[in-house]
Amino acid sequence: MSAPLVMFLVFIGITLAITYWASKRSAGASAYFAAGRQIKSWQNGVAVAGDYMSAASFLGIAGIIAFQGYDGFMFSVGWLVAYLTVLLVIAEPLRNAGKYTMADVLAYRLKPRPVRAMASLSTLTVSTFYMVAQMVGAGALVALLLKGSGISYTTAVIGVGVLMIVYVVFGGMLATTWVQIIKAILLMAGTLLLSILVMSHFHFSFHAFFNAIGHVTYHDKGQPVVKDFLQPGLRYKPPYGPLDLISLGLALIFGTAGLPHILVRFYTVPDARTARHSVVWAMALIGGFYIMTTFLGFGAATIVGRDFIATHGGNNMSAPLLAQALAGDIFFSFICAIAFATILAVVAGLTISASTSFAHDFWTNVIHRGVERKPGEEVRVARVSAFVVGAIAITIAILLGPTANVAFLVALAFAVAASANLPVIVLSIFWRRFNTTGAVAGLAVGLLASIGLILVSPSLMAVDPPTVTGTARHLIQARAWFPLENPGILSIPLGFLGAILGTLLSHEPTSQHKFNELLVRSNTGLGAEKAAAGH
Amino acid sequence: MPDAIEPDRNGQTVWDRVAASRQFRDLMAMKKTFIIPAFIFFLAYYFMLPILVGYAPGFMSIKVWGNVNIAYLFALSQFFMAWIIAGLYVRAGDRFDAISKDIIENALKTGNSEGDK
Repeated sequence: MSAPLVMFLVFIGITLAITYWASKRSAGASAYFAAGRQIKSWQNGVAVAGDYMSAASFLGIAGIIAFQGYDGFMFSVGWLVAYLTVLLVIAEPLRNAGKYTMADVLAYRLKPRPVRAMASLSTLTVSTFYMVAQMVGAGALVALLLKGSGISYTTAVIGVGVLMIVYVVFGGMLATTWVQIIKAILLMAGTLLLSILVMSHFHFSFHAFFNAIGHVTYHDKGQPVVKDFLQPGLRYKPPYGPLDLISLGLALIFGTAGLPHILVRFYTVPDARTARHSVVWAMALIGGFYIMTTFLGFGAATIVGRDFIATHGGNNMSAPLLAQALAGDIFFSFICAIAFATILAVVAGLTISASTSFAHDFWTNVIHRGVERKPGEEVRVARVSAFVVGAIAITIAILLGPTANVAFLVALAFAVAASANLPVIVLSIFWRRFNTTGAVAGLAVGLLASIGLILVSPSLMAVDPPTVTGTARHLIQARAWFPLENPGILSIPLGFLGAILGTLLSHEPTSQHKFNELLVRSNTGLGAEKAAAGH
Repeated sequence: MPDAIEPDRNGQTVWDRVAASRQFRDLMAMKKTFIIPAFIFFLAYYFMLPILVGYAPGFMSIKVWGNVNIAYLFALSQFFMAWIIAGLYVRAGDRFDAISKDIIENALKTGNSEGDK
């Protein structure tokens, strides 16, 4: 058995033990959906980091920096800065006024059924897109990391899918939280160790390190090239490059605070103050991680080299290959196991947020008008829907196959979160005049604008040469109508516009009467959901 | 629980009374004084990065220390900017919490009788 496989199995064993432990503490809705609201601030902060930093961050950004230098590092900045929106605008009002989902906050003053139905649709869209992107990446990655052990793409996808379903169905939010905490600690430890090894390679001289970055050599179309990788412009090229980066920045800054799987984490802590402190914990970890991508990415570019990475699995393998070059096979296996843990923690977070929204928003509140017909029904429905959501994601990922072009799905998830979810949450908390028509219009316009613009963007619309086949081909074989890969710059204003116009064109006095309640609740915590007793 | 409290004779709920109270309006004013400038500042600081890199690449490529250029230092400074704002907000948050605690106590104490205007 190969060393990476052994480490994978150790991680799986530990997480399954946690799931078993958590399953005995997950009776009742508040325990199952929100871990009894007893998670400590540092724990939740670490779990948010574990929920957020996907394989796209760990392997993807290291790869982008290794291949495109500075622009990759600049790309990583927005992922941290986005947490200021979470901290300043969203985390505390959400914890104060909500129960299990983001729609709880909307339902206070607006008509619950239409608002919850739309919010649930948007949540399921974001989560499913994001999950499929992670699963396809996971399958390709596990197959690559475990090359030689006979594990195929399909087996890997099913394995990841089954594990995430087991965590969520049996262990609920508590198990998900601890899987995310362990993953985040592993990720930070591995990244720190790798960074120290990179610096020791340069005898701990930053001067030598940055000088090496100034002379990265590789072959481009057979010709040797020497480039300064600290110079901007290798990825975001004119005319649309800078605009695309601004558009991505908007999607990150408004979208992170609208990602359902991040938002639900703030329901797991006892109060708004703990929620605030947990965002700061998360920011410390996430920021530390992205700063260290300097060492991972540029380290791979200078120590391993682009040519070698390109012929040994491509840019996603930059960080594992760097580990192998610096400290041999065991460290390589450790980094591979971290990548695997990273994927599992993220997909588990997505599964629980999707199933919570379906059970709490759609099943209980839309279909059954807020009444549980039998005690425990909501949790039961959530467990079943976690299974169904997981099965759907597995099926789609297998049908798409390992070569499918799925990077756009992450961009799409952020765009929907930024253009549909965030505008209605913000307007609901801050604008007295806001009403149901506005919320439904904002969610619908934000959702449709994001999907529509991605469909006609270069991610899905381009002319491929005949050598590109199957699901790797672009969906629409024509020149893209919208020049940017990230629709945020247009879809976010459209989402806000939809919400504002919908409100102004309709009349709903009750939403204004109940504004004081939401205002006081969200700002003071009066009447907020309490943590479970005990411990 | 405040949820259970019915509107009084004037049709005012506990929420309306708290929302109209001096203390609550002070809290909202304090929050706005911090949050709005902080939000605008971080947006401006962050979007300066892609704008400068995209439209002033020459300036951003100026080397400051060894091979380290302005572009890298400015990107790096973004992390510290985010941490500093987060730290300041946590300090301000302690003040908000103290007032919120007072408001909650008053609201539960006055209950259904008189508002604390």
